[in-house]
Amino acid sequence: MNTAPGLVNSTIRFSAVDGPGNRFVVFTQGCNFNCITCHNPYTIMECTSCGVCVRSCPEAALTIQAGPLVVVDGVACTRCDICIDVCPEDSTPLARYVEVKALVAEIRAVAPFISGVTVSGGEATQQPGFVRSLFLAIKSDSTLSHLTTLVDSNGSAPLGVWEGLMDVMDGAMIDLKALDPDVHVRLTARGNADVLRSIDYLAQHDKLTEVRLLIVPGYNDGLDAAEHAAVWLRDIDPDMRIKIIGYRAHGVRVEASHIRDADPVELDEIAGVFADHGFRDLTVV
Amino acid sequence: MNQEEFVDQVRSVITDEILTFHQRRHYLASLAENALPYPPVGDACAEALNKGIISDLFEGHAPYRPRYLLPDYERALTNGSGHLELDPPTDLDEALNFLLILYTQVPSITGYPVYLGDIDSLLLPYTGSVSDTDLRSKIRLFWIALDRILPDGFVHANLGPTDNRVLRTILDVERELKQTVPNLSLKVDPELTPDDLLRDAVTTVFATAKPHFVNHEMMVGDLGTSYGVASCYNSMKQGGGSHTLVRLNLKEVALAQSGSIESFLADTLPHYAELNAELMEARIRFLVEEAKFFDHDFLAVEGIINLDRFSAMYGVYGLAEAVNILMEHEGSDSRYGDGGEADELSYRIIERLRAFVDEREMPYCQGAGGRAFLHSQSGIDSDLDVTAGTRIPIGGEPETFEHIATVAPHHRHFDSGVSDIFKIDDTVQNNPEAMVDIIRGAFISGMRDFTFNIDDNEFVRITGYLVRKSDLERFSEGPERHGSTVFAAGSVANSHVTQRRPKRVLIHEHSPRPGQ
Repeated sequence: MNTAPGLVNSTIRFSAVDGPGNRFVVFTQGCNFNCITCHNPYTIMECTSCGVCVRSCPEAALTIQAGPLVVVDGVACTRCDICIDVCPEDSTPLARYVEVKALVAEIRAVAPFISGVTVSGGEATQQPGFVRSLFLAIKSDSTLSHLTTLVDSNGSAPLGVWEGLMDVMDGAMIDLKALDPDVHVRLTARGNADVLRSIDYLAQHDKLTEVRLLIVPGYNDGLDAAEHAAVWLRDIDPDMRIKIIGYRAHGVRVEASHIRDADPVELDEIAGVFADHGFRDLTVV
Repeated sequence: MNQEEFVDQVRSVITDEILTFHQRRHYLASLAENALPYPPVGDACAEALNKGIISDLFEGHAPYRPRYLLPDYERALTNGSGHLELDPPTDLDEALNFLLILYTQVPSITGYPVYLGDIDSLLLPYTGSVSDTDLRSKIRLFWIALDRILPDGFVHANLGPTDNRVLRTILDVERELKQTVPNLSLKVDPELTPDDLLRDAVTTVFATAKPHFVNHEMMVGDLGTSYGVASCYNSMKQGGGSHTLVRLNLKEVALAQSGSIESFLADTLPHYAELNAELMEARIRFLVEEAKFFDHDFLAVEGIINLDRFSAMYGVYGLAEAVNILMEHEGSDSRYGDGGEADELSYRIIERLRAFVDEREMPYCQGAGGRAFLHSQSGIDSDLDVTAGTRIPIGGEPETFEHIATVAPHHRHFDSGVSDIFKIDDTVQNNPEAMVDIIRGAFISGMRDFTFNIDDNEFVRITGYLVRKSDLERFSEGPERHGSTVFAAGSVANSHVTQRRPKRVLIHEHSPRPGQ
């Protein structure tokens, strides 16, 4: 069995917002998108051991040792997050390599309380070997195999990655930042061809748990854009679950300071467009 | 109290403009009862009572009705009542009428019934030919009547564990009416209670902050299949009840000594535990042997309650403070709820008390094999700087998972109930299945009963009863129909609130004294 450790930002034992039911969530470190609206920009890059945070830590809890990452003294660290604020790389010294076995032990402790495990990020599919190892460990353990395994993804993974997860993953929740490739580039600094192909592939294989549309005012909030997205998604599967999420400025970088929060009335209008196209499993948050 | 003081107190109740007629009468009865001498107890017991190390929750000097009664309503519906001149009901209208009448005849320490029975299974046999529309309409009117006739937030109905249309209708009516009365508990069984019903109950919690959730398997294991949850997380046998609730203030016990943890467990705790038991015994004997409640009350005469199914509740509270005081004495930084040695000490204390209660014979307590039931007591409004039952102090609670892991080992010891409240992030409102998962997990972890608060709920639960946040805000501005709001405001401000107008409802159980 491939037991590649994962570069993990953090884990949450009880989450009500990362898929159906109560879920254990693993947030991986590192993302291939660079979304202007990212709410957790410190999960985008891997630590380069540049040492800026080591010098800034008020508790002297950080050191550079032989390994590739800055080392954190878990007792001295007060989680003041100054290291994250000063990081010039959109990273964090708090991410660490975690063995699948250690995560499975954490999951086992909370298993009676959860419906499943979600791997989020960062971008989970940037570490496909780790995700597969984790899911395989869950699915091959008779006391855990009832748990559903989901990936929360930007959808950019090549089809080979999804193919490699098919037998151990129950589904994926994919962000569709924009159907228009130019808007997608403005929002993420990347094109969306892979994303569209992923949505189609996952739907065909009955692994598309939901599609999320983050509505960002001034970028993708037009009713025309909603109309195009609704038609495209309907042609793939009109029964898919759609979640329409309003952009909130909380946690984003200064580059996004010109973007206002999404208006709930606009969100309802966009949801109305999807309802008109026959989508019934629609949520607005 | 001398004659002059007595007359002054009677006059102050009679002329108190903020009390309704019924409330004045209730307090006058208390004053009259307390004119009698206390049941005889030893000097050490009397001193512990005066110092507040043990407490009778102001039940009164001369108990003439049990604290809690859990009538066997099924038996009453089957046999009718000679005393009430009521034949067994034959249809839903008659059953609702029968129960409403019977409820008004059930006493308790507060004067109001604290238990309305397994209301869905009681009514289900009468609903065969009733349409869904008629069922909802009749239950809705019944529910409104309960709230207006029984003005006490501790009136408690039970639901489940099996799914049925009466239960679903009640949840639907609850979400519409959002009343304080009755309080609700849903019995939850891993085999009998479907996820879909739990989800319906969870969405009802989002609207009304009830029901509470009860571990049916555990309750049946401890109390048998015929059990009920009454008042505020008090579980007992149906057809029985609790003569009294006397509670031990573990914080005061810890303060009463300066020795080691071992001497606390070996000497101090057993000493005060016995004084608590002595007070219980004296009160039980007076109720049964002097007031002879079970010889004359029609509920006992007609077999709707049975002395053989009664016991008494041995309450404890202030565990958190006791543990922390003892840890401090030992020079340890560990505190209750931190997952360290303080938690281990808390388990030793409760195990020691459980062993004491299991060994201590108690008269007229055949409902628990001649012993009392251990109970984690959730507090009254005069409690200052002491945490309810075995809870982790408010503000010091760890995350939900650690919280459950810390308190769950206590739950198996409290046959007659324990209350824990979990604050849950409001994100569950978009995902009620997440709460269903947590409820299932909590019961697998050995929790007996609990409730949860949603952070931005219109309702807020403070010590185990129910009150509307909007009512609290209105309280300072004008009259309030529900007495539980009076109590809640008192809890928040830790002082009795100046009332300008009479309140229809009071919570006598938690604000037991007149003229505070």
